[in-house]
Amino acid sequence: MRSTCLEFKDLTLGYQRHAAVHHLSGVVERGSLTAVVGANGSGKSTLMKGVAGILKPISGSIDAAFRRLAYLPQQSDIDRSFPARVIDLVSLGFWQERGLLGRITRSDKTRLFACLAAVGLSGFETRSLDSLSGGQMQRALFARTMLQDADLILLDEPFNAVDERTIRDLLALIRQWADEGRTILCVLHDHALVKSHFPQTLLMARKPVAWGRTADVMTPDHLSAARTFQEAWDENAGWCEEPAPALLPQPAEDLLHDRDVARRAAHV
Amino acid sequence: MFEWLVSPFLEYGFMQRALLGSLVLSVSCAPVGVFLMLRRMSLTGDAMSHAILPGAAIGFLLFGLEIMPMTIGGLVVGLLVALGSGFVSRFTVQKEDASMAAFYLISLAVGVLLVSWRGSSVDLMHVLFGSVLALNDEALALILGIAVVTFLALGIFWRALVAECLDPLFLRSVSRIGGPTHVLFLVLVVLNLVGGFQALGTLLSVGLMMLPAVASRFWSNDVRALCGIAIAIAVVSSLGGLLLSYHASMPSGPAIIMVAGVAYLFSALFGRRGVLASALPSRRHTSA
Ligand SMILES: Nc1ncnc2c1ncn2[C@@H]1O[C@H](COP(=O)(O)OP(=O)(O)OP(=O)(O)O)[C@@H](O)[C@H]1O
Ligand SMILES: [Mg+2]
Repeated sequence: MRSTCLEFKDLTLGYQRHAAVHHLSGVVERGSLTAVVGANGSGKSTLMKGVAGILKPISGSIDAAFRRLAYLPQQSDIDRSFPARVIDLVSLGFWQERGLLGRITRSDKTRLFACLAAVGLSGFETRSLDSLSGGQMQRALFARTMLQDADLILLDEPFNAVDERTIRDLLALIRQWADEGRTILCVLHDHALVKSHFPQTLLMARKPVAWGRTADVMTPDHLSAARTFQEAWDENAGWCEEPAPALLPQPAEDLLHDRDVARRAAHV
Repeated sequence: MFEWLVSPFLEYGFMQRALLGSLVLSVSCAPVGVFLMLRRMSLTGDAMSHAILPGAAIGFLLFGLEIMPMTIGGLVVGLLVALGSGFVSRFTVQKEDASMAAFYLISLAVGVLLVSWRGSSVDLMHVLFGSVLALNDEALALILGIAVVTFLALGIFWRALVAECLDPLFLRSVSRIGGPTHVLFLVLVVLNLVGGFQALGTLLSVGLMMLPAVASRFWSNDVRALCGIAIAIAVVSSLGGLLLSYHASMPSGPAIIMVAGVAYLFSALFGRRGVLASALPSRRHTSA
């Protein structure tokens, strides 16, 4: 199996031709645990949508090599008034395995209950969705993500509205997933958490400001550079003529790879 | 009492056919209505029932009061309207309800023009209000066929339909089946409306679809149960409406929908999740 899970090649993503993320190049190693950090509107969620295949690139490309993807969006589209129980929502996570018609087996159910227990929702199995608190809902979605048993996991601000104890439990889960060799991209705003739990960091400000080992990325210089970027759309903005960022020399361990296309994000 | 309930169906062949037709229609329409309601598309059924009018009218103008041409015409125009409004809303900022409104109004106007162009008002009344009492073999076979297709489609695509209602974004991240499922569902809506308009007319066929579905929501919080309850309400309404129309010499279509309407009002008031249950103050609470 290839050792890279994702490769961005001068990727531009956006809405109605306005770029929200542009000139992103680089690789996400298989089994890496990466925090995606940046100010509001810096394009983190846009990048997640792009990787999940919900948003098509305006230009550039994403080379993806994964078996199964799980995506926990920042804002879900869930209709909370829909007559469904917690297990109905969570068992949507079987889709990739069981598809349209496959039967949910007894061992599947056991796994489902284990996932609910792991996020602390035992006893909530048959509660209706509209009776859940915001944080409980988020935990149910986390359980679904877990159930998907994906090797590439995208988490967009998963700790929204979640209390401290649960954050600790969920972080332990994320840690465990990483140890199992899954590739994880996680958007979050809490810099302390990033520094203590995430080995890799991608710092965004519509384009990548820095990407690499967390200690190298989360420097005061980078952080202040990431704070200044144009957040609002300019209807009269001209076409972006910026050249694709130059290739940076690969870190030593990466030189072992035979593929010469692997890129690191430019420090722009 | 027994006499009153049973003898019309024992004595008259046309009543038996009417009963069979409306029961099959109830079983097929009600679950479709439940999904329409759950997708907040309750009024779409109404719009679509207007939209199929020109199709039925063209069939009627070309071939007279014949089932197949009117059905096929209604089906084609209904699908055009459904897919057209879906298409416009998918590629523009306009929401689906707005484009649906535009399309069905155009369609309705064309339909009324067509019917009034050639044809007496009696014929128009037939297209608009149908008659369950005049179901022939062809119409019964059609209704039966539509019911079978509906049940197969719902059975096979159940998981996708539920996922598409509950969490469409998630479904998009794991599968491409969301779009086709939506289209298939619109086809089912049109099919069932077209099936119903022979019996109940274009204006009322939506009643058997929506009223039982909406009423069922006051009783349960589970999709399967909702479908079951909606079917039960539709069946009882069909039975009651036919009896009412027989004994009180009322037109059958409106009688059926009236009974369904009463069932709705009753459910809204007395249902487990109805007005009284939610409004009655309770001074006690449980500890956990
Ligand atoms: N659906 C959309 N249509 C148009 N523009 C959008 C849409 N979603 C996001 N944008 C714009 O794209 C840019 C990037 O948004 P994005 O949601 O990726 O930010 P983010 O980094 O996730 O921010 P936050 O921390 O607030 O979640 C923003 O300027 C935003 O206004
Ligand atoms: Mg975001």
